[in-house]
Parts: sequence; structure tokens; C-alpha cells
Amino acid sequence: MNLTLKIWRQKDAQSKGKMVDYKVTEISEHMSFLEMMDVLNEQLINTGEEPVAFDHDCREGICGMCSMYINGEAHGPDRGVTTCQLHMRMFKDGDTITIEPFRAKAFPVLKDLVVDRGAFDRIQHAGGYISVNTSGNTQDANAIPISKHAADEAMDAATCIGCGACVASCKNSSAMLFVGAKVSQYALLPQGQVEATDRVKNMVAQMDLEGFGNCTNTGACEVECPKGISLENIARMNREFLSANIKG
Amino acid sequence: MSVLDSKVPKGPLKTKWTDYKNHIDLVNPANKRNIDVIVVGTGLAGGSAAATLAELGYNVKTFCYQDSPRRAHSIAAQGGINAAKNYQGDGDSTYRLFYDTVKGGDYRSREANVYRLAEVSANIIDQCVAQGVPFARDYGGLLDNRSFGGVLVSRTFYAKGQTGQQLLLGAYSAMNRQIARGKITPFNRHEMLDVVKVDGKARGIIARNLVTGEIERHSAHAVVIASGGYGNVYFLSTNAMGSNATAAWKIHKKGAFFANPCYTQIHPTCIPRSGDYQSKLTLMSESLRNDGRIWVPKNMDDVMAIREGKKKPTDLSEDERDYYLERRYPAFGNLVPRDVASRAAKERCDAGYGVNATGEAVYLDFASAIERYGKEQAKIHNIANASADKIYELGAAIVKAKYGNLFQMYEKIVDQDPYKTPMMIYPAVHYTMGGVWVDYNLMTTVDGLYCIGEANFSDHGANRLGASALMQGLADGYFVLPYTIGDYLSHEIRTGKIPTDTPEFDAAEKEVTDKIDFFVNNKGSHSVDYYHKKLGKIMWDKCGMSRNAKGLKEAMVEIKALREDFYKNVSVPGAANELNAELEKAGRVADFLELGELFAKDALEREESCGGHFREESVELDGEQEGEAKRNDKEFAFVSAWEYKGEPGDAVLHKEELEFKEIELKQRSYK
Repeated sequence: MNLTLKIWRQKDAQSKGKMVDYKVTEISEHMSFLEMMDVLNEQLINTGEEPVAFDHDCREGICGMCSMYINGEAHGPDRGVTTCQLHMRMFKDGDTITIEPFRAKAFPVLKDLVVDRGAFDRIQHAGGYISVNTSGNTQDANAIPISKHAADEAMDAATCIGCGACVASCKNSSAMLFVGAKVSQYALLPQGQVEATDRVKNMVAQMDLEGFGNCTNTGACEVECPKGISLENIARMNREFLSANIKG
Repeated sequence: MSVLDSKVPKGPLKTKWTDYKNHIDLVNPANKRNIDVIVVGTGLAGGSAAATLAELGYNVKTFCYQDSPRRAHSIAAQGGINAAKNYQGDGDSTYRLFYDTVKGGDYRSREANVYRLAEVSANIIDQCVAQGVPFARDYGGLLDNRSFGGVLVSRTFYAKGQTGQQLLLGAYSAMNRQIARGKITPFNRHEMLDVVKVDGKARGIIARNLVTGEIERHSAHAVVIASGGYGNVYFLSTNAMGSNATAAWKIHKKGAFFANPCYTQIHPTCIPRSGDYQSKLTLMSESLRNDGRIWVPKNMDDVMAIREGKKKPTDLSEDERDYYLERRYPAFGNLVPRDVASRAAKERCDAGYGVNATGEAVYLDFASAIERYGKEQAKIHNIANASADKIYELGAAIVKAKYGNLFQMYEKIVDQDPYKTPMMIYPAVHYTMGGVWVDYNLMTTVDGLYCIGEANFSDHGANRLGASALMQGLADGYFVLPYTIGDYLSHEIRTGKIPTDTPEFDAAEKEVTDKIDFFVNNKGSHSVDYYHKKLGKIMWDKCGMSRNAKGLKEAMVEIKALREDFYKNVSVPGAANELNAELEKAGRVADFLELGELFAKDALEREESCGGHFREESVELDGEQEGEAKRNDKEFAFVSAWEYKGEPGDAVLHKEELEFKEIELKQRSYK
């Protein structure tokens, strides 16, 4: 198929960006979206132009590095996938595809489609861990039975790949689905209980500091999340946050 | 005597590690505050090492090319992690895990290292559970296990099909705690481009800030390389696009010997290639072989009919199918080790029985498992005379619970529903057992320079068993390196801060900037990928699943010629002082173009078949094992450690003889 691409080009964080049109031809429906971008870049290199910078790494939907906003949706039109898992069979011959970076105040653009998601790391530094040293003599892994239900729910929350699609999709640029998922994983497990109060307070404080917006229950984040992280996690975080503040 | 000293402690195998730990020198907490350690790579090995070293009190700097440590490619490991817990009571033990790993590695690993790995494996699970890693559990609330290829017990712990992700997030959380304390300074979007040696010791690195292009100097009392494997030398592999050998190769060029580069793992269950535009291959966890049966049609007519779309695989009766693994290896069946399964698939496809248009695919079929689970569920739920549809529905639900995310991934890529039609799979490059040579302390042949995880050569011999990579990465990082490095650093307490304004740093930085300047100013005619793809094709055709002397000699010549062409005609757009993905790739491919040649040389010298290295000249000619790989213990029971001498083809071989005291060397039989 032949396509027209409208791509955000921006030299660096300081420069002003703009949309630029490109044409690609003979794109196979079996290609992944990023393989289509590879074709474009090879074309640009061969004609002496600068290729489009975009983040990507594992290309199997787990590292969370790829981050494009395609035709107005984070990770494009398919559901439950990241951009690297999006296939060209979702498009048809003659389509015009708009490709932008994830946009949020807390995710500044570094170049073209590459954004800085360091804010997510800093939220995790604030409390995304259980304080246990590597001693090799913690208690036996089976010493505390955990109900399958709780373990599975914790796993569902822990599935988050930290890509930032939730933030990019939210009209308020809220990071609550991301933070909620991490808070929930630990809140659901006995190992996480000891520090639960401090954790939720510190992580929420950092989230606010980074300039993410508030949640107004639109639910766009849940729809666009490539890993199906549920809104329940936001509710759980709110509950944890409230009880942490009541406890003091 | 060899220049290689493995430094394996004396004494009985079972007490070596404990005795060693009891007698090493320690660094007192006050002195640890004055010692800096650099860790390059933040996957399972690097992340866990960085966190543990920081907990101990050292000042740690971590480097990764991704935008966050959490994205290292360990995250993509699916199936699980082995540990000798014997929770299933099926006869597992430290000894058995040790034995399976040595045997699985085709008797080309160091006994003492492997025993230590098996010994600390149980601690890993305890540690990860304490960190909040949500492993799969059974209804009693205890940890669940699954079995994996090449073994007869269930010792694999897992978190759905995302075990690597969960373990890495565990290590990342441990890092976060230390970052918050100021004990780890993370340098994300940074790439190490050389190591700096002062008086023969590793004292720092030169790194490039991948956003600004700035070249930085970082000093430390010890440098740890945990940068993963070199599978991308094949261009197409299951590695991440950015996975590279640069850190490992640069230290090789500065004196660290490189061991067994020819030991590569070609994983049997990957999604077949679909076209020339393909940028990477996707692995489907080996755990699928627990329930999937592998087959191709028995008759060539059916193969043709399927390729032409006239027949569907489900049209073929049981009699018309060749379950070739079950036929050839009745004892292990579909659960033979990876190298055996991959070669068997290649054998059938080379014979013309491949089931897709490229002729490079076999079926992995879940119909029997769905039926078996369905009947079991019908019984559990007291459904008498359940219909075939009901049985299918019940069975499919169990298969979905076990492998749902893998099935979904397959469907998204191939656009076929694996619940209804068998998956198509073909082997792909997945893991490299070879790597930087290290002694028992995980130190390379350069003082103060360590190498851990997939980047080193140590524990898997010539073939790695499933669910062992995660085990080794975390064992090295959490439980081995933090002890062994202390013994070295105990002699550094009086050294003081290492300055970076020295001639050694000047020289290393100049070498790095000269190379970068060359790339951005060389206005050639071909992209970096053009060369990478050509290299990949040589590697796959001549250093792939089976190798012979003629092909390997040709590969050496061709790679050298390609490298010379690369330096004449490569084109790198953009500038040095900006985010420039092509420039990053150029440096990595330049290193692969050298490593590939050493790889072929190593494969040529090893005139035996062992593990992932199959030499067509070395096969069993008769008897029950006819056609199987033939190892030559008399002449090749050694580690090949290569010393760099200016050109990869001129590398000098040093042999570390492997002694087997606990395990008798036998032919691996999975029949």
C-alpha cells in the first residue's frame, strides 16, 4: 500500500517543531508499524535527509520504550498493543497517518518523536519498592502463603510497562493509572503492607511535583493502555491515599 | 601452564563457595563510602548488582542506553526462572540442578561455577518474593512451578509469560530504593564507548550522552560490565533492536579475553520470518512445548497442498502427521533441549517439509492439550458426557490461563488464531553462551574489570537450558559479585578518588571522539543497516545452526571484506552533538563486524559438535545415535579464550582445560 505520513519533526528540546509530510510506497500489510518507519528512514538516509528519531527497543511489546501518538491515539488504532506490535494491516492503501510524540507537560520532547519520561522513574524512586536488602537469608519464599486471587491481581497491576500511553491519552495528562498500578501491586501483597502508608503519600507527592494533572474519571487511559491496566487501580490508590492520610 | 587462572577454590565442590566466602577479605562500612563502582547495563545482572553493591555502601554509577533501567532486554524473558527448591517434591536438589545444567551445557562449563549457581538459586526466589515479585501461585497460596526443556523435574518459577519483566522490575525497584538514598547515580540514555585502564587496572569508562552527544569521563575503583549478549551479530534475532556487544567488545580490545564466541543458542520456538523488511524476530516462550506438540506432514503432497492453501493443517489426520520430536526422542519428546529441538526443525525443513511459503516453519499444535485439559475439567466439574464443543471450551480456557498473552501476541503478529489452528514456529537466534572470559570471581583478564550475566561466558557451556538465563543474571548480581568484588576492593581502600584528568583518560576519550568524527564525516553511499543485514546473512548462512570448515573459512574472508567496505562507504547522517540513532548503530555494527570474524574463527577451530555449535564434520555415523552431534572430549574439553591482537583474525587462542570431577562425561542422550 501507499501512504502519506504527517510526522512531527523537532530538532531538539529547545527548538520549535512542525508537522512534515512524507510519502511511503509498497508497504506490506504484514509489516509492523515500526518496520514501516524503518522503510521511511532508510529512504530518508538514502536521499541525504535526517531520519525521524523515535524510541523503540524490544519490538515485542514489553519494554515500554516505543511511544507514538498515531492518528490521535497512543500506540495507534489497535487495542491492547504497543506501537511496535501495531501492524500495517490496520491501515489501508491511500491512508494519511498522523504521527506525533506523546504530549504532556511532564514529558518534554527531546527530538522528533522522542520524549523524556524521566518523571516516571522519579515517581518510582519516591516509593516504588519494598525496603529489603539482598541478604540471601530472607525467609523462605513459601513462608507466607498469598491467595491466588491477590497474587493474580498484583500481577495484573505489575504488568504495567511504564510506556506513558495513559498520560498521553488523558486530557489532564494525569499519571494516576501508572502510579495506581505500582501502588496497587504492593498494596495487594503482604510484603508491601509495612510501608504502604509512606509509599502512597510519597509517590503521589512526587507525581504532583512532576506536573501531571488530576484524574477526572474519563477512563481514556484504560482504553488506550496496551496492557489492559484497570481503572480499579486508581480507585485502590485513592483508597490507600485516603487511609494513609487519616492514619497520619 | 596456561595464562588463564580460573581461581577456583580448593576443597570439595559442595563447600567451595561457603569456604571461599568465609575466607575472603572484607571492606569495612566506613571504607565502602570511599569506593566507587561503575556498572554498565541495568538488566537482571547489572540491575541486581548495582542495587546490592549500593546496599553494601559502595557508590555506584549505572549506565544504560535505554531511557530507564527498567527497559533492559531481560524484560522480554517470558518463561521462568529455575531454582532448586524442590517445592513439588519431585526429587529436585542443588545437585540435580547442577547436573542438569552441566549436562544441558554439553559438558563445556566450569563445574565449580555451575555448582555455585545451583546453590544460590533458591535464595533468588526468596529474595524476589520479599521484593514483591508476584510469582504465580496455586490455590493453597503457595508458589507454582512448571517444567522446562531438557529436565525431568518441575523447578521453574514464573509470573505468567512475563517472568523476566517481573524479575527486572524487582531489581529495578531495589535500584530505586538506592537511587532515593543517593547511593546509585543512574546515567540513562548513556552508552559506554570504552574502558579506561590505569596501571593495568580498570579505572573508569568513556560514555556518550545519547541525548546531547556529549562525551563524558567517569572514574571508579572497579568496572562491572553487564551489557548482555551479542545475538544481534546475526541482524535478525530475538534481542532488542539496541542490544549490542560494544561494551564487551571494547573491553576485549583492551585486554579482556573473549571466550567461546561460537556458542550461540538458536531458540526453537520463534515466529517465522515473513519478509525482507523484517527488523527482528519474536520468541514464543519455550514453556509452550509443555503442552504443544511439534509436527510437520508426513507426505510431501500434504506439504505442497498446505503451502498452496488447498489444505489446512487441521485437515490432516494423526496418521498423516510426523511428530518428529516424539518419534526421534521418545524419552523427552517435545521437551528436548533447545539445540536438539532447533536442529530437528531445521532437518525437517531442509528435507522440504516446511509448512509456510518460505519453507521455514513447523507446527506447534495445542489441540491435544486443549482436549486433555477439557476432559480433566469436565471431570472436575462433574459434567457427564460433555460434548466435544464443551470439552474444547473448557480446555481452551485452561490453555488461555497458562499462555494467553503468548497466544495473543502470536495472533497479533501472524493474524491467525492459535486456539483453532496450530502455530507456526521456526528457530531464531536468541542467546549467546559465549562472552567475556571470567574467573571464579567473575573478574576478566583485566584487574578490577568484571563481567556478569549473559555478557560473560561462565555457566551455560555450549548450550543453555530454559529458565537459566534469569537465574544466572540474578545469581551473579545479587549473590556472587557482591562478595567477590569485595575481596578485590579490600585492596583499594587507600587508593582515594580516581582522577579523570589523566593521560589515560585523555587517550581513551580521543580514541572515542576520533571514531565518532570519522562516522559523521564519512559521506558514504550505504546506510548502517545495509551492512548489518549483509553481516547477518553471512552469519546465518555460514555460522548458523550447522557449520562446516569451508563455510566458516568463507565467512572469515567475507566478513573482513565487508568490514573494509563499511569503513569506506558507510553513511551516517546527522551530527555528533545531538540525539543520533544512526551514529549509535554505526558504532555497534562496527563492533559486530569484528566480533563476527572472531566468531567464525572460533567455530572453525572447534572441530567438534557440542551444544549450540554443530559441525557437520562431527556426527555419529552409526548406532542408536546416528546423525546426532558428536562431541570430542579428548581434544576439545576446554574453554577457548581469545586474546585480541589488532585484528580479529589474528586473535591468539588460550585454552582453559575443563576438569570434571563430580560428573562423568557422557554423550547427551534424550532418546
